[in-house]
Amino acid sequence: MCAMTLTKSLSEVWCEAEAVRKSHPHSFSDQIVADIYENAEEITKHVLSKKGSQRINIDQTIDNLVTSKWLGYPLMLLLLVGVFWITIEGANIPSAFLATWLFAFQDQLTLWFQWIGAPAWVHGVLVLGVYRTSAWVIAVMLPPMAIFFPLFTLLEDSGYLPRIAFNLDHIFKKAKACGKQSLTMCMGFGCNAAGVTACRIIDSPRERLIAILTNNFVPCNGRFPTLIAITSIFIGGAIASYSGLINALVISGLILLGVAVTLIVSWLLSITILKGEPSSLILELPSYRRPKIGAVIYRSMIDRTLFVLRRALIVAAPAGAVIWILANIYVGEQSILFTMAHALNPLGQLIGLDGIILMAFILGLPANEIVLPILIMSYLSTGALQDFASLDELRNILVSNGWTLLTAINVMLFSLLHWPCATTLLTTYKETGSKKWTFISFLIPTVIAFTACFILTQVVRLLGLA
Amino acid sequence: MKDTEKIDPLADLSPGSVCEIVSLELSGLLRRRILDLGIVPGTLIRCIRRGPSGDPTAYMVRETLIALRSEDAAQISVRTLSNGGECV
Amino acid sequence: MNLSMEQKKVLWKDRFGISLANGQFGVALAGNPNVGKSTIFNALTGLRQHTGNWPGKTVDNAQGGFQYQQKSFLLVDLPGTYSLLAHTVEEQIARDFLCFACPDVTVVVLDATCLERNLNLALQVFEITPKVVVCLNLMDEAQKKHLMIDVPSLERQLGVPVVATAARQGVGLTELQEKILQVASGSLQTSPHQIVYSSEVEKAVKHLLPMVGSLANNALSPRWLALRLLDGDSSFQDSLSNYLGVDQGWEGAQCAQ
Repeated sequence: MCAMTLTKSLSEVWCEAEAVRKSHPHSFSDQIVADIYENAEEITKHVLSKKGSQRINIDQTIDNLVTSKWLGYPLMLLLLVGVFWITIEGANIPSAFLATWLFAFQDQLTLWFQWIGAPAWVHGVLVLGVYRTSAWVIAVMLPPMAIFFPLFTLLEDSGYLPRIAFNLDHIFKKAKACGKQSLTMCMGFGCNAAGVTACRIIDSPRERLIAILTNNFVPCNGRFPTLIAITSIFIGGAIASYSGLINALVISGLILLGVAVTLIVSWLLSITILKGEPSSLILELPSYRRPKIGAVIYRSMIDRTLFVLRRALIVAAPAGAVIWILANIYVGEQSILFTMAHALNPLGQLIGLDGIILMAFILGLPANEIVLPILIMSYLSTGALQDFASLDELRNILVSNGWTLLTAINVMLFSLLHWPCATTLLTTYKETGSKKWTFISFLIPTVIAFTACFILTQVVRLLGLA
Repeated sequence: MKDTEKIDPLADLSPGSVCEIVSLELSGLLRRRILDLGIVPGTLIRCIRRGPSGDPTAYMVRETLIALRSEDAAQISVRTLSNGGECV
Repeated sequence: MNLSMEQKKVLWKDRFGISLANGQFGVALAGNPNVGKSTIFNALTGLRQHTGNWPGKTVDNAQGGFQYQQKSFLLVDLPGTYSLLAHTVEEQIARDFLCFACPDVTVVVLDATCLERNLNLALQVFEITPKVVVCLNLMDEAQKKHLMIDVPSLERQLGVPVVATAARQGVGLTELQEKILQVASGSLQTSPHQIVYSSEVEKAVKHLLPMVGSLANNALSPRWLALRLLDGDSSFQDSLSNYLGVDQGWEGAQCAQ
């Protein structure tokens, strides 16, 4: 029986079915669904019985609290702050430990390379470039993600997360997007690549794309150390008392700014290039359940943490080699890195940064974690990624290279708004299957970052404040 | 049990009251999803709560809590039952 | 199940990206979202899982193996869906797999706390294949809500084995594996409850039946085929020619009867 005959009779029968469907006043599909449910009801009636009177509903009690008019939002905010605080504080010690151990091993590697008599440049590319960059990414990326993702998964398993979407949907409705986008943004706090993958929970392709394109405006774990360090030095540090609180407020302000930009851009996309059917929401609010902690930790580590780390390393390793080469190959008196930074300087100055900062962001494409190390490396001309021993040391480096408060604010703004990291771009491509949309996901934040910094810088200069 | 033959949009239902679905004016994917969840004519639906800003609203239908936006709920017609004592 | 082992392996590999080993039973895991399907999947397969995407789609696919009574099983976790009436990619994937991959047994996981809505999916699965085991999960949650389910009665009504489980506590999993083995090997015959439609629908189905009979060469239940055509599901038309119209070796293969 050949395919041709099959398809021919298929369309014939199809047409016959069409005719039958059209000849009917009511929709068959609706009727079919209703009939199936009637069967289900009939069966359930015979087997299900409810014991006891109106039960005290735990779900209702909790929901009365977390979705209430007065307590709903504050509780959400509290939860967000709590998760952040645990992630950031909790990651400090493991990060330091990993860094110490991995860099100690680097010294061992150096010894081996010397022992086998490898040329300096090989050692440079492989050890100072590939290994050091990868070690950095692991040390800075792994601990926060190993805390954040389990916490997030715990919230997910407990049944609380859909309540966030429930509370925030009205805001997203105004932006012509779906309330579930709030959940993808929450995931984006951990890692934007994971946030992009999380957009699968949004059914409508149009709304899913909007969520993917704007996920980057939520700062990921990788950007927090940079933001916190700069805030501590230039803002909190400038005001002696309550510096911790000031820092927290500034960071919160930045995050709110990111959320605001997300909503505005979502709205703009909805009325321009992503116009389409109106958004809708069908959100199931499951019962609250006690999550199984062991299973949660295991699953989130394998499915999310290690998965993202693997993807990041695949990009970071070769990038490390490139960075070392750029920083150590000299053209004339300067390394290629400096030559490029010099060329970028006019553009950098225009937006309140300098060429080296811009270069650091560009080279930080593989992972946001390495932007600050590249910056320090460049300012100190050490030719290999560099850490800072204390905030004071970092302040000295930055200030002696011309940083002002305006520079600091612009750097934070740029970090918040700039292009997505390579892992996120890769993930965007995998999820959308389209080079065009991946490029747009790169273009939109870039344009916004440059524009925002430019406007701020020019206004401040015009006002004679800097 | 006497039904009052008042047909309202679901969106007008206030928290605590129970109604019976009469018809759906929705279309497209939204319609299919709603039907697949069992929100078909003849089903009992109870309004549970409104969101902190009034929208969306959570409804209990077939032992499942589902949140819908008011403009979508407005396109579902329900018949008020004379007593709210039904367990949904 | 009249697909030869070789044909099945090739089909699963080429069309669904799944590697079925020789002598391994293929088990599909279906159910609504949020019913604890992944808990069951993880409990049965442990670390021997492999996750990825369904070929050509951005939908998660998980497969894992487990052994029971010296027999080997490959568990395929289908996307969580409320129905198989295919209006989203997830539903399409689940439906296509059940229809055209013909697993040796399908496990439908139900949430005991909302039985009615979950039965919607189970009843639809019954229309496609009789080799089904129903897993009534979240029995612990149902108990908390004072819901009592008469499991033997449910089993009689549904016509397939029903295993009550509380997967998070690890309760009922051995019995589940036992029933899976029995249905997959054929030692337990099932006669699943077939949906009774309203008279208009039945009339329309009867009208289409004679024409439909010749179509799929007995690869699919003609009644189910007629219902899908009445549904107006155009993606189904694509799937039909995709899976049946292409591989000529499909002649004579039976899926549902």
